[in-house]
Amino acid sequence: MPEKKSRKSNRKVFLFALSTCIWCRKTKALLDELGVKYDFVDVDLLEGEEKERVRNRMRKFNPQMSFPTIVIDDEVCIAGFDEKRIREELR
Amino acid sequence: MKKIGKYDYEPSNEEIDRVYQKLKKEAESGGYFLNPDEEFTKLLVKSLLINEKRYGYWACPCRLAEGEKEKDLDIICPCIYRDVDINEYNTCYCGLYVSKDAYDKKVPITPIPERRPPEEERKKLRETKKELPSQLPYPVWRCTVCGYLAARDSPPDVCPICKARKERFERFI
Repeated sequence: MPEKKSRKSNRKVFLFALSTCIWCRKTKALLDELGVKYDFVDVDLLEGEEKERVRNRMRKFNPQMSFPTIVIDDEVCIAGFDEKRIREELR
Repeated sequence: MKKIGKYDYEPSNEEIDRVYQKLKKEAESGGYFLNPDEEFTKLLVKSLLINEKRYGYWACPCRLAEGEKEKDLDIICPCIYRDVDINEYNTCYCGLYVSKDAYDKKVPITPIPERRPPEEERKKLRETKKELPSQLPYPVWRCTVCGYLAARDSPPDVCPICKARKERFERFI
């Protein structure tokens, strides 16, 4: 039986955010507090094709296109600053 | 790569303070309340000032603006979703405006679900022309932000209730 992995360290966490959004700021602070390694993009700071590409990618996970959107392992999507769920998923 | 130009804008604390005080006064005179968490609220004011520089209008800090006013009209602060969200969740989407109960700290202010329809739906809504009766002596204009109605040839330049500008009005009857 495979050893149970530590959920936190082995998960790929990506955050779609806006630089102006205070809930996104709180999300980043929570991920930092939890010691989660994550990549993020502030979509409002992108331009042109790059912005379109990121939007298309985000739309697949969250068609509502609301911020913040956290994607874990390319399959779990948490829309909004849902502190309880973030803590449960990434504890 | 470092972003330059309009993305470098950093409003001063004095400017943020000034706008915050003005907004608070205006809100309260119209029966609205700003989030009592002053630090949180001033961060939102700062974001609004950044968006004003970027887009030329107060696009909601917590939504992705298109940068085309026509497409962003519904999310120019105060957005057209504010009042319904305050009624249902005690706060607007970004948390700038809250209910009296939230202001008095009787209920907590939490993140709320997004009620703005997705892009495709919004596009359809924009393209749908409403059938309106035309036998009235005056057309009736509705403020999309607060619901104020005005029967006159054209909408007022500024909504007397919520201070939204003329372009936020739509033909109602």
